[in-house]
Amino acid sequence: MSNLDIVRPENSSFHWVGRLLIWTILLLFCLWFLMPAYVVISTSLKNLEEIRGGSLLALPHELNFTAWTHAWNEACIGVQCSGLKPYFWNSVMMVVPAVLFSTMLGALTGYTLTKWRFRGSNIIFALILFGCFVPFQVVILPMAQTLGILRLTNTVYGLILVHSVYGLAFTTLFFRNYYVTIPDELIRAATIDGAGFFTIFFRILLPISPPIIVVAVIWQFTQIWNDFLFGVSFTTGGSQPLMVALNNLVNTTTGVKQYNVDMAAALITAAPTLLVYIVAGRYFVRGLTAGSVKG
Amino acid sequence: MASVAARMADRLERWMPKIVIAPGFLAILLFVYGFIIWTAYISFSKSRMLPNYDLIGLRQYERLFQMDRWNVAFTNLLIFGATFILVSIIIGVLLAILLDQRIRIEGAIRTIYLYPMAISFVITGTAWKWIMNPSLGLETVVRSWGWESFSFGWIVDQNMAVYALVMAAVWQSSGFVMALFLSALRSVDQDIIKAASLDGASTAKIYLRIILPSMRPVFMSAVVILSHLAIKSFDLVVALTNGGPGYSSTLPANFMYEMTFRRNEIGVGAASAIIMLATVVAIMVPYLYSELRGSKNV
Repeated sequence: MSNLDIVRPENSSFHWVGRLLIWTILLLFCLWFLMPAYVVISTSLKNLEEIRGGSLLALPHELNFTAWTHAWNEACIGVQCSGLKPYFWNSVMMVVPAVLFSTMLGALTGYTLTKWRFRGSNIIFALILFGCFVPFQVVILPMAQTLGILRLTNTVYGLILVHSVYGLAFTTLFFRNYYVTIPDELIRAATIDGAGFFTIFFRILLPISPPIIVVAVIWQFTQIWNDFLFGVSFTTGGSQPLMVALNNLVNTTTGVKQYNVDMAAALITAAPTLLVYIVAGRYFVRGLTAGSVKG
Repeated sequence: MASVAARMADRLERWMPKIVIAPGFLAILLFVYGFIIWTAYISFSKSRMLPNYDLIGLRQYERLFQMDRWNVAFTNLLIFGATFILVSIIIGVLLAILLDQRIRIEGAIRTIYLYPMAISFVITGTAWKWIMNPSLGLETVVRSWGWESFSFGWIVDQNMAVYALVMAAVWQSSGFVMALFLSALRSVDQDIIKAASLDGASTAKIYLRIILPSMRPVFMSAVVILSHLAIKSFDLVVALTNGGPGYSSTLPANFMYEMTFRRNEIGVGAASAIIMLATVVAIMVPYLYSELRGSKNV
């Protein structure tokens, strides 16, 4: 659609008004999307008097990072005044294994479902796919009980298990949709040459998989890092992930409300996924749209 | 002997796909479908503080539907869902069409429109809660510009709190809708457009009469994905309004959490979860069915 005006030269004055209008709307929306980020960053750099006395949209007088170090090291989350630091590491310990497990299992499952179809494999895929859309409220109660039985309540292992299982539906979808575009003749030829199930996977499919692996890893990382429901349902106190700690920090009502610390904490919590988005946004967007595009 | 070993290896090779798929599939069977049945069972049981497996039929559902908190939550879901989906799609389609007009820095603008999707609803909620702060937020800024009567106390107003949720959710998701439509616009058949424009159709007419109607599947996808997001919305409410004032902006997901983990009403919580699932199924199953059927034909 991008070459409409090549096709039909526009009347020039009309054309310029149109261009101006397009740019105005686009830039206004840029401001609307960037405003919260600007407000959060500038508030995190102000001190409390500046916040109470000045305007929300004013620039900070100086670059003051005390709110950041406070949020990281000493801010009170509930009754514990340890800052976000320990919770940050809780999240890292949770996210790394959960992303690895769900991506590896998703790759193998997607490979099997496309290249080694058997009777019933379409039904299996449909059942797995529906797992992407189940509202998790319908599983958290049994999950809480199961984690209790397995003695995994309040542990990082419990959350790793939960995120690996519920992430599998998405990673399977990604890999399945990617592998379905690889010609079956390639696999057939390899089979005739005597290659087996794993040889084909490791020698043929895996070497061409890096793009979809990046998509799956980024998707899983963002989802798990940003999860709140599982964290708040299955952990308490010191073993909570960062997202739950952030919410507790912001809603801790003891003492003076430190808006600058709240905003610094929000930034620290958002930083990892934002960084991934800035570095590898293309893959992130591909993951976002993968669920809605026919495979 | 060698032939027996070879036959064993052969048989193993033949079973390998099923062996590989088994752990993941069994996990999903248990943790998704098994747990759904478990939750359904609890919703038909006497459970209150602890799970109790004596069945009492639909009593928990009757209690659920009699609770004002649930009725408010479900009505809120309808208001929130409808407004959120409509506004996100309008903004998303508008931005996609405008970005499709050979904008030089399209990549940079797209990056700005989409970054909210990379952050969590808890952070979005925290940021918007601060922006909508009645005494220090945007309200004061606009008043200081001279509009003294400007009022933006949505998060403390019981009638408006749900629209505060819509505002933050639209901010988070409309960039995603833009990305969906932009990629669809890029795959529209150029020949049809060329033909139409040679016939003298204006750009606006081409979009309204030809391009947008041809993107009905994309509209479908957007509606389905956004309604799914709306039904799941939980953390945004917790971070932005915490369901308040009172429980005026609570959504079903928050109701479920509150009943199950705070109020020792496991049976009612399970019943509400089943209603949420039923809502999702009613929207998703026809969609997934048509998607899967479509992909078989390719």
